[in-house]
Amino acid sequence: MAKYLLLKHYRGAPAAVNDVPMDRWTPEEISAHIQYMRDFAERLEKTGEYVDGQALAPEGSWVRYDGEGRPPVTDGPFAETKDLIAGWMIIDVDSHERAVELAGELSAAPGAGGKPIHEWLEVRPFLAASPTTTDECHP
Amino acid sequence: MDEALLRSLTPSVLTVLVRRGADFAAAEDAVQDALVEALRVWPADPPRDAKGWLVTVAWRKFLDATRSDLARRRREDRVEEEPAPGPSSSSDDTLQLYFLCAHPSLTPASAVALTLRAVGGLTTRQIAEAYLVPEATMAQRISRAKRTVSRVRFDRPGDVATVLRVLYLVFNEGYSGDVDLAAEAIRLTRQLAAAIDHPEVAGLLALMLLHHARRAARTASDGSLVPLAEQDRGRWDTASIAEGVVILQTALARDRLGEFQAQAAIAALHADAPTAGETDWVQIVEWYDELARLTDSPVVRLNRAVAVGEADGPRAGLAALAAVDSSLPRHTAVAAYLHERDGDLATAARLYAEAARLAPNLAERDHLTRQAARLNAGRGR
Repeated sequence: MAKYLLLKHYRGAPAAVNDVPMDRWTPEEISAHIQYMRDFAERLEKTGEYVDGQALAPEGSWVRYDGEGRPPVTDGPFAETKDLIAGWMIIDVDSHERAVELAGELSAAPGAGGKPIHEWLEVRPFLAASPTTTDECHP
Repeated sequence: MDEALLRSLTPSVLTVLVRRGADFAAAEDAVQDALVEALRVWPADPPRDAKGWLVTVAWRKFLDATRSDLARRRREDRVEEEPAPGPSSSSDDTLQLYFLCAHPSLTPASAVALTLRAVGGLTTRQIAEAYLVPEATMAQRISRAKRTVSRVRFDRPGDVATVLRVLYLVFNEGYSGDVDLAAEAIRLTRQLAAAIDHPEVAGLLALMLLHHARRAARTASDGSLVPLAEQDRGRWDTASIAEGVVILQTALARDRLGEFQAQAAIAALHADAPTAGETDWVQIVEWYDELARLTDSPVVRLNRAVAVGEADGPRAGLAALAAVDSSLPRHTAVAAYLHERDGDLATAARLYAEAARLAPNLAERDHLTRQAARLNAGRGR
């Protein structure tokens, strides 16, 4: 089993096929979209593949250390050009193929007109914490 | 309160219930309930016959859970169809449970979870913690696995190789949470080795003991990886090594070589060397040749290239490496090492950095990044 992070983007991903901003959807379309993702997560819990999932607010700031005794610098709200993560889901699956298959399913969440959004999702494998037993096999 | 005793009794109690006609999933639930009850009651009122107590309580829990007339009738029908239980030792019972939990109809992840729960007697929470997933997710994984094997007949022996693969998966998972899965895998493999006379079971047990013996030396106090050549051999567990070597020699004497025995032989040669410089690389290459014949695995050929590099020099190692698929994990790391030994430090540094980018886990990535940094230091930025 290996864990993968599925990332949804507000901004920064290539444009979705059915690319209509959410505030132009009908309330029913929004509900259907949210329900789809909820059902998806519930189904993965039943198959034993669900680890975690959260949504993130669009507001955020870059923060940086600014030297001893000084408050950290922030550059205020994200500028239009920055990547923006909308939320994530962590899954624990048998193979990379399965991770891609599930990301594809999640990308089919319904959007405007009840049609799949076909949005781009980022799929990132976790680095495992513990080394395996093969210490004599690699330098 | 002897939790180890409780866990060791779990598989045979479960098997008694299944033999009496209980469905596997229901029996497993009942045994878990009985274990919880034992943890509650035994400290104040320890039973004389622990197994008998558990069987009685688990059977009562099972009956409670299936008390409708319909369920009872079904159960009675099924018990009638079953042949009368003959005399059988509890180790045979446990063996069948191993085969059931490693059944090929299960995914590897489900087989591992079910084995830890039904044979190992771990709680769902302990297994979930060890695999860093929510308890609800692990509970679903286990109950799906139980439903799957409930349709499997509990009467024919399974494939030993499948059971060994599951146990090796558990071993390689290392540990997190409050359960040491490597130690747990060794405990279960010991049980299996006691129940079944098979050279590859002995081979796997020897391999686990030999690897486990080096665990303390494998990581520094800050958690970073220590390569074999730099490990403090004084921190190796010599008792485990001695036990592993004896088990391996007994298995090898039967002349039915398998891949676990061959891997254990390589591990034993490493464990045998008083210093890294005294490692018998020539013999290790021979064992890799045996392994390659047995498995035809590209990973084996990759590891063989490392051994050839030590036995016959880095040029020979690089030549052996050239025949191995370069997309293999750790291929780049091996290339970096052999180029460094060959004196080509610039190429080695570049390859170490690339290998770090490709590393499958944190400890290895950090280790390889340090190797690149070591070679780059003083070469300017």
